Amino acid sequence: MTRTLATARRVLQQLSHDRRSIALIVVLPSLLMTLFKYVFDGSPAVFGRVGPQMLGIFPFTIMFLVTSVTMVRERTSGTLERLLTTPLRRGELILGYGLAFGVAALVQALASSATAIWVLGLDVNTPWAVELFAVVDAVLGTALGLLMSAFAVTEFQAVQFMPLIVIPQLLLCGLFAARASMPTVLERTSDVLPLSYAADAFTTLGRTSGFGSHLAKDLAILAGCCVAALAGASLTLRRRTP
Amino acid sequence: MTDPFAIEIEELVVVRGKNVVIPDLSVRVPRGCVTGLLGPSGCGKTTLIRAIAGIQRLRSGRVHVLGEPAGTPSTRERVGYMTQNSSVYPDLTVRQNLHYFATLAGTGEGAARAALANVGLQDKADALTAELSGGQRTRVSLAAALLIDPELLLLDEPTVGLDPVLRRDLWQLFGALAADGTTLLVSSHVMEEAGRCDRVLLMREGRLIADCSPDELRRRTGQTDLEQAFLTLAEGSAA
Ligand SMILES: Nc1ncnc2c1ncn2[C@@H]1O[C@H](COP(=O)(O)OP(=O)(O)O)[C@@H](O)[C@H]1O
Ligand SMILES: [Mg+2]
Repeated sequence: MTRTLATARRVLQQLSHDRRSIALIVVLPSLLMTLFKYVFDGSPAVFGRVGPQMLGIFPFTIMFLVTSVTMVRERTSGTLERLLTTPLRRGELILGYGLAFGVAALVQALASSATAIWVLGLDVNTPWAVELFAVVDAVLGTALGLLMSAFAVTEFQAVQFMPLIVIPQLLLCGLFAARASMPTVLERTSDVLPLSYAADAFTTLGRTSGFGSHLAKDLAILAGCCVAALAGASLTLRRRTP
Repeated sequence: MTDPFAIEIEELVVVRGKNVVIPDLSVRVPRGCVTGLLGPSGCGKTTLIRAIAGIQRLRSGRVHVLGEPAGTPSTRERVGYMTQNSSVYPDLTVRQNLHYFATLAGTGEGAARAALANVGLQDKADALTAELSGGQRTRVSLAAALLIDPELLLLDEPTVGLDPVLRRDLWQLFGALAADGTTLLVSSHVMEEAGRCDRVLLMREGRLIADCSPDELRRRTGQTDLEQAFLTLAEGSAA
C-alpha cells in the first residue's frame, strides 16, 4: 500500500514538472467543449443532446493517450527494469499508475463538466452522475492505455494505438448511429466495447433524471472493464525479459 | 548465514535474440568483498548482472543469490542494482527520485540524504535530473542503489565517464562498504580498475577466463600491467 501510494505520488510529481501535460489534461477538454458548443451555435439542440457524450469521450481519449505514452516511456527508459528489481510488486505499480491518473481524471472531469454545465449552460438532470461517468471514462482510458502500452515498443507506436483503439469505439458506441440500427455484426461488436456502455449511460443521463438500475448496470460494466484492463496490464509486466 | 558465498551460479546459459551470450558459466562470489567483473564491451557483463538481479530470462542453469534463487521477493529487498544506463526519472528532481526509491525499499529520508552525500551530489538535490550531466545522472542512479543498504550491490559500470577524483572516491566508498560487510559486484571495461578489487572475474565472449585476485592475475601472466595481463589470458584462451 505504501509502495502503491509512493508510485502514485511519483507519477503526479512527474506530471507536475510538465506544464503541457497539465494543460492537456485540465484545460483542453473545457476548450474543446466550448468549441463544440459554438460549432453548433445554429442548432443548440445538438449541443444539448451530444454535449454530455463529449464529457465522457474527451477524458477517455486524452487519458488513454497520456497514460500509454507515459507507460511506454517507463518501459523503454530502463526505469521499469530497475523498479522490478525492488520489492515493488507489479500490481502495486499498475495500481499506483491507475491512482495517479485517476486523480488527474477527477480534476479533468470536474473542470470540463463544470465548464459545460455552468459556463456553457449544458442542461443535465443529474450533474453528479455526469461527473461520475466522466471520471470512470477517464479511468477506463487510463486502464486501456496501461494495457496497450505493453504492445508498443516506442512512444510513436503508442500514439498509433489511438486510431486503432479509440476511433472504432467512437464509431460503434452509438454516438453517430443508434447501435440497434447497425448490421448485426457491428452491433454484436459494439456490445463488447466498453465505450458503448459509457455512451449509453450519457444518453440515459440526458433523457432521464435520477440514477436508475440501467445506469447502475452501465457503471458496473465500465468498472469491470477498468479492473480487467488493469489486471491485464499487470500481467503484461514481465519481471524477466529476454 | 553459514554460506560463505553471496552469489552461486551453476551451468548458466543465456540466449538473447539469436545470440548465445553466455554459453556455459559457473562461478561463486564470496561475501564481504569487492569483486570486479571485467571484460571488453559486448562480452556479456550486463547480461550476467541481469541474471543475478533476477530480470534476465535464462535458457538453463541456476543462479542463487544470498542463499535463494535470484529475483525472489526476499532477495529483491536485499540486493541493490545500478543499471548501466541511468535508470532514474529525468522529469523528477534528484531528491524526489531518491525519496521514491527509498520508499520502495522501506528506508527513510536519512538514507536518501546519506546516499546523496556518498556520491557527492548534495548541492544538486533540488535540480531536475534531466538537467544534470551524464556523469551526475549516473551518480543519482548509484545513490538510488546505495540507499537501500543492501547486502549485495550490483553495479554495472558505475565509474564510466567520471573524473578521476570522483572515481577514486567511489572506489574508496566501495572498499568501505565491503569492510562493513556488503558484497559488491562491480563491472567495468577498463582493465586497470581490476587493481581496485579484492577479486576479479575476467570475462570474454560470455566465458570467464580468470577468477582470482589481482595479484594472482599478475603472477600467473607475468605481467604487471593488468591490461597486458588480460591480453595474455585472452590470447591463451583463444589458442
Ligand atoms: N536484447 C538483446 N537482444 C539480443 N542480443 C543482445 C541483447 N542485449 C545484448 N545482446 C548481445 O549480448 C552480448 C552481450 O551484451 P552485454 O551483456 O550488454 O555486454 P557488456 O555489458 O559486457 O557490454 C552482445 O553481443 C550483445 O549484442
Ligand atoms: Mg554492459
